[in-house]
Amino acid sequence: MSTLPDGRYVDDAPYDPNIDLSAIDRSDMDASNWVLVWRKFKRHRLGLVSGIFLLMAYLAIPFAGFFSPYTANERSADYLYHPPQAINFWHGDEFIGPFVYPTEAVADLENFRWTYITDETRPMPLQFFCKRTEYNLFGFIPSERRLFCAPEGATIFIFGSDRLGRDVFSRISYGAQLSLTVGLIGITVSFLLGITFGSIAGYFGGVTDWVVNRAIEILRSLPELPLWLALSAAVPSNWGPVSVFFIISIILGLLDWPGLARAVRSKFLSLREEEYVRAAEMMGAKPGRVIRRHLLPNFMSHLIASATLSIPAMILGETALSFLGLGLRAPAVSWGVMLNDAQNLASIEIYPWTAIPMLPIIIVVLAFNFLGDGLRDSLDPYKG
Amino acid sequence: MMFLRYAGYRFLTMLLTLAVVSLLIFVIINLPPGDYLSNQIAELRATGQAEGVAKAEFLRQEYALDRPLWEQYLIWVGVAPGPQGFSGLLQGDFGWSFEFDAPVADIVGDALWLTVLVNLAAVLFVYLVALPLGVLAAARSATWVDYTTAFIGYLGLATPNFLLALMLFYYGHKYLGLPIGGLMSPEFEGEPMSFDKVKSILVHLIVPTFVIGTSGAAGMMQRLRANMLDELSKPYVETATAKGLSPTRLLTKYPLRMAFNPFVADIGNLLPAMVSGSVLVSVVLGLQTIGPALLTALKSQDQFLAGFVLMFVALLTLIGTMISDLLLVLLDPRIRYGAREG
Repeated sequence: MSTLPDGRYVDDAPYDPNIDLSAIDRSDMDASNWVLVWRKFKRHRLGLVSGIFLLMAYLAIPFAGFFSPYTANERSADYLYHPPQAINFWHGDEFIGPFVYPTEAVADLENFRWTYITDETRPMPLQFFCKRTEYNLFGFIPSERRLFCAPEGATIFIFGSDRLGRDVFSRISYGAQLSLTVGLIGITVSFLLGITFGSIAGYFGGVTDWVVNRAIEILRSLPELPLWLALSAAVPSNWGPVSVFFIISIILGLLDWPGLARAVRSKFLSLREEEYVRAAEMMGAKPGRVIRRHLLPNFMSHLIASATLSIPAMILGETALSFLGLGLRAPAVSWGVMLNDAQNLASIEIYPWTAIPMLPIIIVVLAFNFLGDGLRDSLDPYKG
Repeated sequence: MMFLRYAGYRFLTMLLTLAVVSLLIFVIINLPPGDYLSNQIAELRATGQAEGVAKAEFLRQEYALDRPLWEQYLIWVGVAPGPQGFSGLLQGDFGWSFEFDAPVADIVGDALWLTVLVNLAAVLFVYLVALPLGVLAAARSATWVDYTTAFIGYLGLATPNFLLALMLFYYGHKYLGLPIGGLMSPEFEGEPMSFDKVKSILVHLIVPTFVIGTSGAAGMMQRLRANMLDELSKPYVETATAKGLSPTRLLTKYPLRMAFNPFVADIGNLLPAMVSGSVLVSVVLGLQTIGPALLTALKSQDQFLAGFVLMFVALLTLIGTMISDLLLVLLDPRIRYGAREG
């Protein structure tokens, strides 16, 4: 920097005549929308943590068999209603590594149930990458390896065992397969229906709009659960678990679309008047193209955020239906099916661990809520 | 005058909606193949009980189940003559429950009023809880008050209703001595209203109300907080603060009123959710509302009972929504009559 005689400052750096004047000072100033959204989302701690948690949960689904010490319907007939077992590291003062104490069932003839006596003299180390009953990795690769399992002669029920002596922990991790995907399938159905009806109503207006609007109003004014119940009651009882699962997810999605359709419609009503839509129409674009290429990308992100927020309702819906015995049925394993066992006060009082599946439900639902909130807040990167 | 016209219009739309809903419900109920009686006839034939078959066949004709579906629908609603002339929902004849072998009206009976009662109590609970907490959370935003209410709210949204019901029942009984199950002590059932009966019902209502209302209250609280925060950031609030208005007075004078509108409008969303919740919770807790009847009816294809219960539940929400719409118009003159899209 040097000063000219008349007091002006001049940069000493040599002038480059080829410099691009339209280039911006910082390369990230014209970052794409998604980059900006991500940047803002990263600051939303709770949302970020929830997102990572959910991602990991979904990625772990194919490995459910690997992470659980037993298969979902494997029964240990000698260990009915076994209370949760602790994994210990120290035996007295001696460090052994992860181990369990073996337990033995003793009939309690006063209360007519089994009680379990822990033998604290014999620590039995857990086995890792051990071979047990066969299961299917990714649903089709047969495998016998498990991350950890109980040593011979002992059991490992981290969350206890249920009425039939099945390991609650393993069942929770198997149950995640159905409980977590039910929401995804449901939201896909609801998304497709909502966008289709919402965009048709908003784009064409007139009679179409009126009809769709009345349909939305009617569906929204009806209580969901009784309708879910009625629809699920119509599912033939001789269908296999897989078909029942799909039909239940579709039923959950079938009643969820009106909210989304309403949002899409009101957006369309205002966006339809924009110049670029007029321009596209003038150039001969068909309605389908205008909707898909010009209008929808405008608020896809908002739709994703609101979809994230409605997944929890579906997860809870599946749980409620299965709990009432109208949703998924044994031998299918979902968190709702498991809670069906915890239906009465007696089991909550005597075997409180049968209600443990409620924890993953609460955690997942909370995570979806936080993630949705975070997404919603960060979708408008230019605001705030 | 304008209001009366709007109310009339709103009432008519409700009736039309109800008509469409009745069709929808009829279709859903008839989705499963066969009906209660034909299943029963098949079962009786298989076990070779001839006289039972005759009775079931008679009932089938009596309730027009042998006619085509569209005719059945019209008869059920009461706009077409059935075997006994016009006797459908419109005439106040709700049909026959095959599962319980009694008229539907006798089976639901008291349950209808108890359903209304439970839902009213829950709505009241939602307002009583959500209003102060939502306002407080907004006024003290980003303090521990805000975070605590938000946390409780989220937890309320995330816990499955039925589990909350079981837990509260268990712990409520263990530590507070609250009664378990039902809506009144057994000795009052079928008794005429008396002071003791009312007291018994009220005590029994505590847990169900709390359970049904929690998720609704949580949602409402969040929305109220968001609305309040929007209002609080407006210039007039700053002006009022600068002029030295006390915080309480400032809060209640304007922002609260503004934030209150969506509060009333929200009942349209709130009510269906509450009714859903009450059905589920009633089943779990064994309340004598129409929830358990619905579940039994659906499981055994008892179509008249299921149809009536679903219709009643729909009617309940539709009336609630209508009332909220009317209230909203009374509350906020800026809302134009007839134009309800915003």
